[in-house]
Amino acid sequence: MTPNKEPRKNLVQPGIGKVIRRLLGYVVGRNKLRFVAVIVCIIISAAAGVMGSVFIRSLIDDYITPLLQMANPDFSNLIRALMGMGCIYALGVVCNLCYQRLMVDISQQAQRDIRDEMFAHMEQLPIRYFDTHTNGDIMSYYTNDIDTLRQMLSQSIPQVFNSAVTVVAVLCAMIFTNIWLTILVLIGVALMLNVTKYLTGQSGHFFIKQQISMGEVDGYIEEMIHGQKVIKVFCHEEKAKEGFDKLNDELCHNATQANRFSNMLMPIMANIGNLLYVIIAVLGGTMALCGVGGTITLGVISSFLLLLRSFIMPINQISMQLNSVVMALAGAGRIFKLMDEEPETDNGYVTLVNAKYNKETGELEETEERTNLWAWKHPHGDGTITYTRLTGDVRLVDVDFGYNPDKIVLHDITLYAEPGQKVAFVGATGAGKTTITNLINRFYDIADGKIRYDGININKIKKSDLRRSLGVVLQDTNLFTGTIMDNIRYGRLDATDEECIAAATLANADDFIRRLPDGYQTVIDGDGSSLSQGQRQLLSIARAAVADPPVMILDEATSSIDTRTEAIVQRGMDALMTGRTVFVIAHRLSTVQNSDVIMVLELGHIIERGSHDELIAKKGKYYQLYTGAFELE
Amino acid sequence: MIKLLSKSIREFRKESLLAPLFVTLEVVMEVIIPVLIAELMDKGIDGGSMSAIWYYGALLAVSAILSLIFGGCSGHFAAIASAGFARNLRHDMYYKVQEYSFSNIDKFSTASIVTRLTTDVTNVQNAYQMLVRIAVRAPVMMVASLVMAFLLQPTLASVFLVGIVIVGFVLFYIATHVHPVFEKVFRIYDKLNSVVQENLRGIRVVKSYVREDHEVEKFDKVSQDIYKNFTRAEKMVAFNAPTMQFAIYSCMICISWFAANFIVAGSMTTGQLTTMISYAMQILMNLMMLSMVFVMVTMAKSSTERIVELMLEQPDIRDPEDPVHEVADGSISFRDVSFSYAKDPNKLALRDVNLEIASGETVGIIGGTGAAKSSLVQLIPRLYDVTCGQLLVGGKDVRAYGLEDLRNEVAMVLQKNELFSGTIKENLRWGNEHASDEELIRACQLAQADEFIQRFPKKYDTYIEQGGTNVSGGQKQRLCIARALLKKPKILILDDSTSAVDTKTDALIRQAFLEEIPDTTKIIIAQRVSSVQDADKIVVMDGGRIDAVGTHEELLKSNQIYREVYESQQKGGSEHDA
Repeated sequence: MTPNKEPRKNLVQPGIGKVIRRLLGYVVGRNKLRFVAVIVCIIISAAAGVMGSVFIRSLIDDYITPLLQMANPDFSNLIRALMGMGCIYALGVVCNLCYQRLMVDISQQAQRDIRDEMFAHMEQLPIRYFDTHTNGDIMSYYTNDIDTLRQMLSQSIPQVFNSAVTVVAVLCAMIFTNIWLTILVLIGVALMLNVTKYLTGQSGHFFIKQQISMGEVDGYIEEMIHGQKVIKVFCHEEKAKEGFDKLNDELCHNATQANRFSNMLMPIMANIGNLLYVIIAVLGGTMALCGVGGTITLGVISSFLLLLRSFIMPINQISMQLNSVVMALAGAGRIFKLMDEEPETDNGYVTLVNAKYNKETGELEETEERTNLWAWKHPHGDGTITYTRLTGDVRLVDVDFGYNPDKIVLHDITLYAEPGQKVAFVGATGAGKTTITNLINRFYDIADGKIRYDGININKIKKSDLRRSLGVVLQDTNLFTGTIMDNIRYGRLDATDEECIAAATLANADDFIRRLPDGYQTVIDGDGSSLSQGQRQLLSIARAAVADPPVMILDEATSSIDTRTEAIVQRGMDALMTGRTVFVIAHRLSTVQNSDVIMVLELGHIIERGSHDELIAKKGKYYQLYTGAFELE
Repeated sequence: MIKLLSKSIREFRKESLLAPLFVTLEVVMEVIIPVLIAELMDKGIDGGSMSAIWYYGALLAVSAILSLIFGGCSGHFAAIASAGFARNLRHDMYYKVQEYSFSNIDKFSTASIVTRLTTDVTNVQNAYQMLVRIAVRAPVMMVASLVMAFLLQPTLASVFLVGIVIVGFVLFYIATHVHPVFEKVFRIYDKLNSVVQENLRGIRVVKSYVREDHEVEKFDKVSQDIYKNFTRAEKMVAFNAPTMQFAIYSCMICISWFAANFIVAGSMTTGQLTTMISYAMQILMNLMMLSMVFVMVTMAKSSTERIVELMLEQPDIRDPEDPVHEVADGSISFRDVSFSYAKDPNKLALRDVNLEIASGETVGIIGGTGAAKSSLVQLIPRLYDVTCGQLLVGGKDVRAYGLEDLRNEVAMVLQKNELFSGTIKENLRWGNEHASDEELIRACQLAQADEFIQRFPKKYDTYIEQGGTNVSGGQKQRLCIARALLKKPKILILDDSTSAVDTKTDALIRQAFLEEIPDTTKIIIAQRVSSVQDADKIVVMDGGRIDAVGTHEELLKSNQIYREVYESQQKGGSEHDA
């Protein structure tokens, strides 16, 4: 159902016991009563099956044989017995149906809970997690791992459980029927299991190989198809075929090996079962004739042979399911690992509240209503609370930072952004421009130094409130599937339609939105493929506008737009920037020219700072960039 | 549909036939075994004959071993057949895609081609393996068991028939009714995945706007939807096993009753009773298998359809009957050219383009996004065909040339360019397989790439990661230019290929072109005016039309768009694209 792209690196992990216990928590823990009912039903249904096999013995020995000796056979006893059996069977069938349906509820609920919890937990993870894991890897938790889990929960577990109960019940019945034959059967089964183990081991080895070469083929196909247009331009088709054929042949070889062993499993197990059957028949017959091993009658052998069938079938089933159970447990292990990732911690206690000035004292105080005036509510150790007006004053003092503690990427960054000022960062990729903004909204925490927002150490501010006070427009617009209106409203969920339209107008987006077939109700895809890049960027500006934060971060917001379109976007952007503290990151120097202060970053250091004119006059790095003597990448 | 796919079986026809053959033999053995057991019980145990027990015992053992061998063989051949079939299928599809023109590729989208070649083929492979084994085994087993049962006891056997009809009906009913629900569930799964994907891509936006709870709510809603539908489907499926049990149990009771009567009447033996029960179980079990096969095959159906769609796609650009092999020179002439990606005259991307380019000229093309700059130049190496009008290269219609001949003379550096995993050398040799190291270096010097390559520790043997992620944007662009130069083309097209290169290096590249390859026609699409202002002629494009053609000075005077673009860039002195 789902694409299985990459060969998973770690197929099995340690601590399987823990994983099982935790998984059972989801399956059993939340449905204790239902689970008990399932167990009872399984036992009854298995018992009914076993009784059926045992019944054949009494049918032959207790009914048919005596009947044969009667001159006038009386079938009334047999009818009664059959009716009794019918009732037992009926009970078995009903119980079977009950547990099957109950199990559906239980397993589906468990899956939903795991799915929901996993996503909710993922949303809580710090940006660091997303920066260090590829989207593809995280995605495969939702596609591959949940899928194997689904198969295990809804198919393997009930089947294995049912089989296990049956095996035990049948074993009891066999011992009860004849102990010697039972021992014989057990020896045979042990042999069978060994063969199975060998074969699954072999096929498992090749399955892993198959997965690996499958991954290689998939990777090759992906690379080539992505570059297909280049292949065409260079007439490189033949070469591309050659490389493909080689990998494809190898995959074919490994797939053949893997499937061969697993294909053989079924006939081999079934026929070892058959051989066992033959041995029992022959030995049982011999014993019956010679009178050894207790009283072996024709009925005993008949029902024993039937029991043998019901014994071997579930054993086969268990061993076949075992592989998928192991795979699913590995998947569950990975899911739990994600769920155990440390979520973003937030020790902030300073919150953002609506405020108004007290008419009498002239001081700020908290209020319920929406006043468009915000204040930081700062409770102190001594029980007092102070309110500080939200203005958008951001200061970094001697900030050091490294994504890894041993590799510092920002050194001694000090900068002041007063309310309403525009601060620009210029520098090559990797100079640390985006990193600085990552620190301001606390996607990452600084190693050393201080960041203050309106005079408050940002570590004290509740993260959600801090981020609500900061707006971002990124190069990648990241819209969400839904209507245009929904996407704008993303900035502030309680914004009215009018406010959204006003924001769109401010961002210069209103024009093009109205020209769309359904206006603001036009549904767009997540990747916004139906809109041009410029239009998407205008939407993301509108989204930031509706949030109306005092501080804005514009990270390469116009880099992927051509210069003429940029002029339009820029107007929207300028409207958005007025009256706010703005951090701008840009490649195009035209975007940053009118900033109050421009910081030139190189390898994590601020090497130049000043206004455009000052920096030009300085004839330093900025000047070189400006005159095109340097390349920014 | 099936016919088209079966073409891919080819050399695995033998295995594809042997697998079902051996399965059939296996079935025969398995059907004989219950009969032999009945004989053993009746003649041996009941009849009290040791020799009969040994005789039938030996026969039984031989049958079981034969059955094992046949079964093993069928598994062996089925594995070869299905893996081989999948290999051929992938091969055929991949080769087909290689024939695709740009418009074919656009039609499918890269991601969809990849899925068809990978996941869909795997689905079909599994279904095929099932088809040559289980799908043969189940019905053969049923028929054989039924025939044997009829031979033994016609009256009892007719009981089975009733069972089969009832079970078959129920299973079929469930299978057909559950399938659409499952299809729906899978579609909702896609929705769920797209929510996750959007969140992964936009996690910074989600966190910046503190929308985690909102997103979780969104996810839970879809998740609940899956839960509801899945539960509904699975609850229907839950009827499968009990139905089966019901049928088996009913048969058992019927058999017990009739058998008791028959045995008492002397028309049946006790051994045959066991045999009949075995047959009953075998028949019903295989019915169950059959319904499973049915479900699996229907699941593979949509994959098959996607594969067939890909195979049936006709490459719309082909070599002409009697191709011209020589491209005379690098002159280009557009005559009333209109072009539509959809081949629909109402949705033209390019309109009435007339343009003459002499061999050796340098032509700049400028215009906003969506002005159809790329569309225009992609017609030259015949990546797309014109919808109306005519395009001449070297004085002949492009459609007259052999594709390879034409494309070898028209080198193009695409806007969305790709390097492939491999060393720099290997990547460069895409341009010319037999290029010597000196030639490689020469081309790289022209493209201003040699200087940074020399700074890599492994120089020209530096390994490029998939997608060229370990070189910067500007470096990648220069490598792509070098790769194109190695073709020594008569026409060189750069589609916005120096956007990440600084203006100075950009100028050096153009300088090198002018001095080193003066006879090559150079067409340069650019965002920066500075990249084109020295060109012999500059084409200004707007909304699929040529707005003006002229030199830098002429256009500055006469063309408003050009002037606007120029001024928007002058304001910043220079500008640097990402």
